[in-house]
Amino acid sequence: MRALRPFDALVTLALALALCFLTLPVVAIFAGTRPGELVASLGEPGVLDALSLSLKATLAALVVIVVVGAPAAYVLATRSFRGRSAVITLVELPLVLPPAVAGIALLAALGPQGLLGGWLEDAGVRLVFETAGVIVALVFVAAPFFLSQAQAAFSAVDHTWLEASRTLGASEARTFLSVMVPSALPGLLSGLALAWGRALGEFGATLIFAGSLSGVTQTTPLAIYELFATDLTAALALSAVLVAISGALLLSVKLVGGRVAPGLLAR
Amino acid sequence: MLAALALVAAGCGRQGPAGSAEEPLTVSAAASLAEAFGRYGEGFKGGSPRFSFAGSDELAAQIRQGARPDVYAAANTKLPGALHREGLVERPVTFTTNALVLAVPADSEIDALSDLERPGVDLVVGSPSVPVGSYTREVLSRLGAQRAGRILARVRSQEPDVKGVVAKLVAGAADAGFVYRSDVVAAGGRLRALVLPERLRPQAAYAAAVVRGGDRPELARRFVAGLRSGRGARILRAAGFGPPPQ
Repeated sequence: MRALRPFDALVTLALALALCFLTLPVVAIFAGTRPGELVASLGEPGVLDALSLSLKATLAALVVIVVVGAPAAYVLATRSFRGRSAVITLVELPLVLPPAVAGIALLAALGPQGLLGGWLEDAGVRLVFETAGVIVALVFVAAPFFLSQAQAAFSAVDHTWLEASRTLGASEARTFLSVMVPSALPGLLSGLALAWGRALGEFGATLIFAGSLSGVTQTTPLAIYELFATDLTAALALSAVLVAISGALLLSVKLVGGRVAPGLLAR
Repeated sequence: MLAALALVAAGCGRQGPAGSAEEPLTVSAAASLAEAFGRYGEGFKGGSPRFSFAGSDELAAQIRQGARPDVYAAANTKLPGALHREGLVERPVTFTTNALVLAVPADSEIDALSDLERPGVDLVVGSPSVPVGSYTREVLSRLGAQRAGRILARVRSQEPDVKGVVAKLVAGAADAGFVYRSDVVAAGGRLRALVLPERLRPQAAYAAAVVRGGDRPELARRFVAGLRSGRGARILRAAGFGPPPQ
């Protein structure tokens, strides 16, 4: 066995540093919570409402993100057109917006006095102070995570398969559904996991655009912020629940994504 | 490993030599004090303090968790009093008062508390744990359970601090909200204040305290003392705050 080279030692040290720094706060949440408190915190007023609203709103947002995002990413990955890079930059812009800016921007666009406010009001659509507004905020902040991953996944699909499918006379839609989506599935799923994680943790845009009311707009992060001021134990316990759910989501998607091998294509 | 992390953190942290003259005071203050304290801080002898404005309850929770600003200023006397009993801050000084009002956009047709009972009115209040939210519930409870229930049914959002309520009103998202008179002054014409009847009005007194464990308690005490009289008091009156209770 060779002696550890200085470079190896350095990069290992960097990894260990990253690991400690990134896991310590999460460990601290669980260290500060006893299992009994965790269960008891679920009985605090509003906590179950917040968890169930978080699940419902993030799932609804994910449906929108996938249904619109997957075909949109497909176009970006497979067509070349003028202004393509500009379009990609624009749809990824929310990635770098601070959540508070996202909330204010949504108000300015879709709020009662926003750009489309009058039009929405005529159509009888209300978003501010409504669960629908929460979903809109989640889609806005989380969609770019899915879009960029999905676009990369579609781009990475071997083009000979695409051409083979076309040569065999499959329609464009059929090619998309039975060739592109299965081969890009691991990438699509990891994009989905990222978007879901971002949506579950959303705070600022939701508070500013949709407000905070138990059972209607108060998602789990908003409930945690409110509990922090009055009951730190309950805030930690609810944080632990959110971390557990998000962690389980991430893990399961990673596992599924790992198992979906390109073999699926053989069909 | 952790030592290295701690070193990095300390490098970014506020660990200067004890009592260094250049280091500004840090002041955790109720969101409603933002404009007035900003002005007070600008000319404060000893350097402009660094402010952290948020709901008084959130700031108290941070102090309980080990945050050590030099001064804590809350929109009630209860929170500084509780921190004082816990040994975290020096004796609080009640330095000003504020009036809870019903704020509406300047062009609103809402003219009285009773207008809030109409269906379709979107009302925004502070969450129950933040002082403005607890004052709001105090006012409503004096209206009797029935009227209070009808008005609370119009609540569409419970904001973590009073500036959240103001923002929803200024953005035109809400029709009415309970805020402080000073917030309406700060909104500069965009909001109109409906004064509450005397019998409903809560006593909104603000208290500030020097946080224990800071390295410049003298400067922090001077900051607090200046709020009760002198320049700080003048700035507070101009911003819509009242004199401290006798």
